[in-house]
Amino acid sequence: MRITCPICGERDRREFYYQGDAVALRRPEVDDTPEEWDAYLHLRDNPAGVTRDLWYHETGCGAWLVVTRNTVTHEVLGSVLARDAAGGAA
Amino acid sequence: MMRFSGLRVLKEGLTGNKGWTPHWRDPAPKPEYDIVIIGGGGHGLSTAYYLAREHGLTNVAVLEKGYIGGGNVGRNTTIVRANYFLPGNSEFYSHSLKLWENLENDLNYNVMHSQRGLINLFHSDGQRDAFARRGNAMINQGDDAILLDREGVRKHLPYLDFDNTRFPIYGGLLHPRGGTARHDAVAWGYARGADQRGVDLIQNCEVTGIDIENGVVKGVQTTRGAIRAKKVGIVVAGRSGQVAAMAGMRLPIESHVLQAFVTEGIKPVIDHVISFGMGHFYISQSDKGGLVFGGDLDFYASYASRGNLPMTEHVMEAGMTLMPMIGKAKVLRSWGGIMDMTPDGSPIIDKTHVDGLYIDCGWCYGGFKAVPGSGFSFAHLIATDRHHEPASRFRLDRFRTGRGLMDEEGTGSQHNLH
Repeated sequence: MRITCPICGERDRREFYYQGDAVALRRPEVDDTPEEWDAYLHLRDNPAGVTRDLWYHETGCGAWLVVTRNTVTHEVLGSVLARDAAGGAA
Repeated sequence: MMRFSGLRVLKEGLTGNKGWTPHWRDPAPKPEYDIVIIGGGGHGLSTAYYLAREHGLTNVAVLEKGYIGGGNVGRNTTIVRANYFLPGNSEFYSHSLKLWENLENDLNYNVMHSQRGLINLFHSDGQRDAFARRGNAMINQGDDAILLDREGVRKHLPYLDFDNTRFPIYGGLLHPRGGTARHDAVAWGYARGADQRGVDLIQNCEVTGIDIENGVVKGVQTTRGAIRAKKVGIVVAGRSGQVAAMAGMRLPIESHVLQAFVTEGIKPVIDHVISFGMGHFYISQSDKGGLVFGGDLDFYASYASRGNLPMTEHVMEAGMTLMPMIGKAKVLRSWGGIMDMTPDGSPIIDKTHVDGLYIDCGWCYGGFKAVPGSGFSFAHLIATDRHHEPASRFRLDRFRTGRGLMDEEGTGSQHNLH
């Protein structure tokens, strides 16, 4: 699997650290309910198909990316820098 | 009802093997059952079997979207053990191993359960301390553990690279009752046992919806029509997220791919189950002679049933580091299974927010050895509405409340850490 970094171009999967679903971009506020924190930390849509997840270009440029990817075929459909991504899960 | 015995094998062998019959029926679904189990894998089949055997509940259907034995129960590396550390896991796997030890008599089926001994190697003083502690926890649970020093390991496994420059072997924790079983036969044995007691095993029947009225489950929609049911159990491993979504649930589960490998058949060389302590590699030899081995998750969400090269390379490198003698064996094939990973790496057997709807999931990369215990405990929960004691800590709400997390690896209760 090769992932395209918007800064560095297409790179081997080994260069990236997988964080998980891009829900990680929607951190609740401190005062939000336990249910909202549970949804953020634990509950997942876990789709079989297109998903958006968060990767860190650990041995490359150090950027956090939101990668659009198919979990059934491993096809990588696109990626954007996390700072430019519309927050939240697919 | 056909029973297997040595005499029967002899008779059939002398009469052209013409007397063998199918091991289970192929019934069409009835419009209604008392209990519907979604998922005809190892856990679903054992659940149905114990519903019938332990609770006398036989108006039960198991719905399988593919065929019996075609999922993870036929894709794992067949290891059976009870070497867990934490309360919650420890008593559950201990109970499951006891069921394994009587499984062949119970099912009248040869599952080729072989308690050949499992050795977890350690490579530092700190790791030795951790394994000593684990071994004590196993002994306190009533199971068996023997701490081996370097020479003790050498007696069992003389072929390892003990003096590896980077990862010398300090010793190992031997679990004599650990071993392997033939995974297909486990599925077939439970299927046959459930079928003989009246359970309908319905293959090629995919559940497409779960009917719920006023918070009470009423049945399921399937590719073979609607089926009413008083109780429904979800036991679908890697597909838990999709099936639970039919009941409006989001689960604390992310599905990942775990790879495994097998070589060409070679003469007997590895008698035990062995795990490397300094990389992700574990190995045993099947009765056909193939070296069966695997490693860790690929570590990204996947439903692909196949992995990528980085983990393959890691596993091969770890194997060559530990036992260079296997380097000439040719890898015959590799494959992947879809693991239902929870944040803390431990499973869930619980009720849901819907009356009459139960769920058994989150077995991560350790579901095979749990097949008997999971079915036994899930059947108990469905039949009695009470948690079975050895599985009473596998609660769905432990992540929300933070109480009773079972992080066996001690890495943190977070999705990408197990």
